[in-house]
Amino acid sequence: MLNQDTRLELEQTARQLRVEVLKMLNTARSGHTGGSLSALDVMTLLFFHQMRHDPSNPDWPERDRFVLSKGHAAPALYACLAEAGYFSRDDLKTLRQLGSHLQGHPDMNKTPGVEVCTGSLGQGLSQAVGLALAARLQGRSSRIYTLLGDGEVQEGQVWEAAMAAAHYQLGNLCAILDANALQIDGEVAKVMNVAPLGPKFLAFNWHVLEVDGHDLDAIARALADAESVTDQPTMIIARTVKGKGVPFFEHKASYHGVPPSDEELDRALEHLGHS
Amino acid sequence: MAEMIATRDAYGKALVELGHADQRIVALDADLSGSTKTAQFGKEFPGRFFNVGIAEANMVTMAAGLAAGGMVPFASTFAVFAAGRAFEQIRNSIAYAKLNVKIVATHAGVTVGEDGGSHQSVEDLAIMRALPNMTVLCPADGPETAAAIKAAAAHDGPVFVRLGRAKVPTVFSPDCNFRIGKATTLRDGSDLTFMTTGLMTAEALAAAEILQEERISARVVHHGSIKPLDVDAVLLAARETGAVVTAEEHSVIGGLGGAVCETLAEGFPIPVERVGLRDQFGQSGTAEELLSHYGLTAAHLVEAAERVLQRK
Repeated sequence: MLNQDTRLELEQTARQLRVEVLKMLNTARSGHTGGSLSALDVMTLLFFHQMRHDPSNPDWPERDRFVLSKGHAAPALYACLAEAGYFSRDDLKTLRQLGSHLQGHPDMNKTPGVEVCTGSLGQGLSQAVGLALAARLQGRSSRIYTLLGDGEVQEGQVWEAAMAAAHYQLGNLCAILDANALQIDGEVAKVMNVAPLGPKFLAFNWHVLEVDGHDLDAIARALADAESVTDQPTMIIARTVKGKGVPFFEHKASYHGVPPSDEELDRALEHLGHS
Repeated sequence: MAEMIATRDAYGKALVELGHADQRIVALDADLSGSTKTAQFGKEFPGRFFNVGIAEANMVTMAAGLAAGGMVPFASTFAVFAAGRAFEQIRNSIAYAKLNVKIVATHAGVTVGEDGGSHQSVEDLAIMRALPNMTVLCPADGPETAAAIKAAAAHDGPVFVRLGRAKVPTVFSPDCNFRIGKATTLRDGSDLTFMTTGLMTAEALAAAEILQEERISARVVHHGSIKPLDVDAVLLAARETGAVVTAEEHSVIGGLGGAVCETLAEGFPIPVERVGLRDQFGQSGTAEELLSHYGLTAAHLVEAAERVLQRK
């Protein structure tokens, strides 16, 4: 699907974004490391391959739109937006600081490129349904993408929105579930099991795909497949690793809301080949 | 005798008019469109009407998405579900985001009647008033509702409009104007001021007539805009009459009475009596019985006026 050059370029971008996320979180001294890293490959594909958007004109009406429903992965979003050119990479150092346009959770009124306000889990899919309906009413070809966490689908509202998206046959809506299997209090399966995810969304009349959320080719294929379905919303269940890219963060719920220390940052950057 | 119109009926008609004038207007409902009167909009504009089923949280958040996408959504359900069940969605997806969503909540207060206390919102004004960026309106009657709905549509930002189920006496003329943040003095007076909202404004006008016979001159200032409150009108009436009775079909905590007391405590402390539900829920009964039971009639306002004058 992806040609060799594109894949290499996207891999390089994802690696660079991981570096930015880790630095940003280390500087901020708070924030969500694990879930930012698990989502990064999917977000790299969206921002640098799939979505039609124009960083020099964030309000371009025909743009595709991205809703980060799992808003605590804001560092990953900010890294993408800075890399794309919505604002200066220097701004990333101000994450979570007083007066910064980079809030702890995404704020549409502060950050260029952020479409809605998210962070309170369970609301992004409903917002995306509204955006998809608006695009349809206005006769636009815009597609709406939203990224949810697997712990997030414990929120009942996700299923209200899932029902509505299928009811309105929103083929212009594609949700991706960052299924890293961990939430703050531990394993999703132990805190409150959400499995089986695929059959649940199938039962809600969604087009469902399941991919390795770190396999760039597989993600690209799934995003393209989603576009071919016009009368159903698509759910891409992306199996991911929390903390992906930094071995000592991987598969650890304890790094859900903890930033890397100075020492951890050095080791992580070394691992990512960045000195 | 004044014409009797339910504010929700006036809403249904006004929304259809707006729908003709502005293609961006869309309506959402949560399986109560026959009661909230958005069904009329749905019939006229089926492509712009979304009945989301019994799912209020999703409804208001979808409205946020529609607004972010450039539409002007009106989302309706009963006040208890709008301000209650969907509160945090309204807070984060709409008010925090300053999105252009209009939440029109019907069936507020005890005049819901027979359905009982579970369905009678007595706290929605307090809840919505506490939200930054939120405009809170509570019109008195049918004509003012039509004007308020148009003002809400013209306002860029989140608006909560409180409406009722029961038919209420008409106070305003059909061509009345509604200005967000402005109160309306409906009757002049010098001994005290009734500061009222919603259907209690008609009761206050009746109370002022009764007091006139006792040679007490009562002013009636109607607050269709709870937030922003017309602070100048509150302070002016306080200075000129020296005593205030607030009245609302809502808890005395946090609604108009709360807002007026906050304003007067800081700006011009004078005796105030608050008429409303005394920190209690409603119950089943007819609207008329309940208004009487909870002390929300002209006769009760006369008593409150007499009490406040003794403290003057």
